[in-house]
Amino acid sequence: MKYWRVPLDMEEIEVSRGIVHIVEERCKGCGYCIEYCPRDVLEFSPKYNARGYHPPRVKRPEACVNCHYCETICPDFAIYSVEAPPDADPAA
Amino acid sequence: MEKTRTRSEHPLNDLLRTDRIPHIWCPGCGIGTAFSSCLVAVKAAGLDLRKTVMVSGIGCSGRGAGYTKLDSYHTTHGRAIPFATGMKLANPELNVVVFSGDGDLFAIGGNHFIHAARRNVDLTVVCVNNLNYGMTGGQAAATTPSMAKTTTTPLGNPEPPFNLPLLAFAAGATYVARWTILHTRDLTKSIEEALTRRGFSFVEVLAPCPTGYGRRNREKPLDSLKIYQERTITRNGANPAEVTLDFHRGITLGKFVDLERPTFLDAYEKVCSLTQ
Amino acid sequence: MKPAVLTGEHFITGDVACAEGALAAGCRFFAGYPITPATEIAEHMASRLPHVCGTFIQMEDEIAAMAAVLGASNAGVKSMTATSGPGFSLIMENLGLGICTETPCVVVNVQRAGPSTGLPTLGAQGDMMQARWGSHGHYEIITLAPSSPQELFYQTITAFNMSETYRLPVLIMTDEVTGHLSERVVIPEPGAIQLQTRPVPKGRKDRFKPFQPGPNGVAPMGIAGGGYGLHVTGLTHDERGYPCMNPETQAEMLDRLTGKIRRNLKDILLTESYRLDDADIALVSYGVSSRSSLAAVDEARQAGIKAGLLRLITVWPFPEERIRELSRKVKCLVTVEINLGQIHLEVQRCSEGRIPVCLVGHAGGTVISPDTIVDRLKGLLQSLHA
Repeated sequence: MKYWRVPLDMEEIEVSRGIVHIVEERCKGCGYCIEYCPRDVLEFSPKYNARGYHPPRVKRPEACVNCHYCETICPDFAIYSVEAPPDADPAA
Repeated sequence: MEKTRTRSEHPLNDLLRTDRIPHIWCPGCGIGTAFSSCLVAVKAAGLDLRKTVMVSGIGCSGRGAGYTKLDSYHTTHGRAIPFATGMKLANPELNVVVFSGDGDLFAIGGNHFIHAARRNVDLTVVCVNNLNYGMTGGQAAATTPSMAKTTTTPLGNPEPPFNLPLLAFAAGATYVARWTILHTRDLTKSIEEALTRRGFSFVEVLAPCPTGYGRRNREKPLDSLKIYQERTITRNGANPAEVTLDFHRGITLGKFVDLERPTFLDAYEKVCSLTQ
Repeated sequence: MKPAVLTGEHFITGDVACAEGALAAGCRFFAGYPITPATEIAEHMASRLPHVCGTFIQMEDEIAAMAAVLGASNAGVKSMTATSGPGFSLIMENLGLGICTETPCVVVNVQRAGPSTGLPTLGAQGDMMQARWGSHGHYEIITLAPSSPQELFYQTITAFNMSETYRLPVLIMTDEVTGHLSERVVIPEPGAIQLQTRPVPKGRKDRFKPFQPGPNGVAPMGIAGGGYGLHVTGLTHDERGYPCMNPETQAEMLDRLTGKIRRNLKDILLTESYRLDDADIALVSYGVSSRSSLAAVDEARQAGIKAGLLRLITVWPFPEERIRELSRKVKCLVTVEINLGQIHLEVQRCSEGRIPVCLVGHAGGTVISPDTIVDRLKGLLQSLHA
């Protein structure tokens, strides 16, 4: 991420990290989470769910800061994020 | 990743009738987001969930009541507010949330809305405004913009729409806000505030109806959200008479009214004390 | 502060007696809208409810009044509204919701002559079929027809008891004459009034199915805030209360809604017989017209006509069996009512063509005088002998 101004305590701030969970069978493929994720974590999955929609999939797991925006914009209760444990490998 | 996906549950599952999800709302429909915000707010407001009731009318948004595990009542078209009024007055301990649509609350139910606001019945009314009647296939509503196309205004809507926050304020609502489904944080915060305020609280939520309204007005769901992003301005405390809802020139969002006056029950109790 | 039950002798109108009956029955919520000739019920409730920790609200119309009544009842409070002709039409929408959601409450119709605004200050019995079928869809309903202020007092209590027992809105179909008539009304001691309350759920709350019928066909009722996580809808729903859009669920739901009435007819059907044992002609009447009929029976007997009266207290469900039985015993049935033939159609239907069925009725605006009935009976007797 590019900062216009770098905070003085930049080194000390711990940016929270999140893990995205997708409840694929609930998804209707509106793409809101993908479009409005501030960290561009998500993309459309090429696969179909049981109802014929393309759910999102995680493209950049390491970028998620657990802001929950995907969770709040999702009209279908199909995505949410949880805080990653401090030692977790986000790519795992 | 697979492992973590199945590890836990959606944080709203405890308030959802998960056996009824997925819900009936179309892909890209904003009602689900407004509903989700409402449930998050109910949790955040710290209400006793056993004493919290959701009442809906008829229409797409009216289906909201059927998806929450809270005690929920899906009533008749336009009558959610008087039903909720009876419920609140009969048991003042209940927190009563009305979740319904613009057609339901402001056309067929318009009279009930203004009178409940005038009486200042202690209700929280969340109105999903998707600019048309979605359930019946996209007819003009009391909120449809001038010249917009719907199945009953195929050449363009000759009527002007209501300005809902102004209407609510003029009728006596003590909390009035307008947000869109893109502004989820403000929206949730607003509903939470509305829930904790005594009196008639009103939150309007602009939401896309891609199937009914969007299709006929060349507006894909993401186009609607783009409008919400680019043409809105937040002006908390703005005079409700000056808040605009013009999809070309600008949409005013914010919390416009937050004041206190005696609720119906406050006043009624005072009157009843005269019997001694 | 006055007590809820005003034990003693009173000289009051039918409307006031109805309101007092409601209070004695435990009604603590009234929502209404002013309309002649039912306004006095609302007025009396407005002055009395504050004395008994009840709530009165004047709504913006009768649609809202009925909706509020249903809301209050679902919050666990016995509730009532009262109206007349045009307001009764507006109530029909949410009456259907009350039937479908099995919500106990009482609706009083102080009938005036219609159609439309009609004769607001003059009585009639022209809404009897609307009481039966006024809301859309197929359903059963309980309707009582009191004939005096004293009866309005008692039948309002009965109406609440039946509404609670069978979980549905119960209609009281009175009329302008009875509503505005002042008569002696005796209100008993509270202990002498038997009250019923809705069946209460037992067992685990999380397993409770709000529309699963009990032994008598009536489902125990959960109320808002009771911890049941209820969903209640006017859509066709299953025993969990969930909407189910298919013919099977529709059939099951209608079976529940109608079955709980049809299976309990023995307790619901209330009629009164007067001098029917040896009667040749049986009058069938209800409400204020049954008072004229009662006088007419005595007058006719004096003139040598063996007349009797079957007075319907419960009008809906219709006492079919009783009419059928009567049509096998007497030579002629005469329906007496202030309309041009409504309950008359039912009497005809149930007599199954065995005997002649005549109507003594008119378009409304006044009561039917006993003389009119007796004259008609004399004419009938001649034609029967001819």
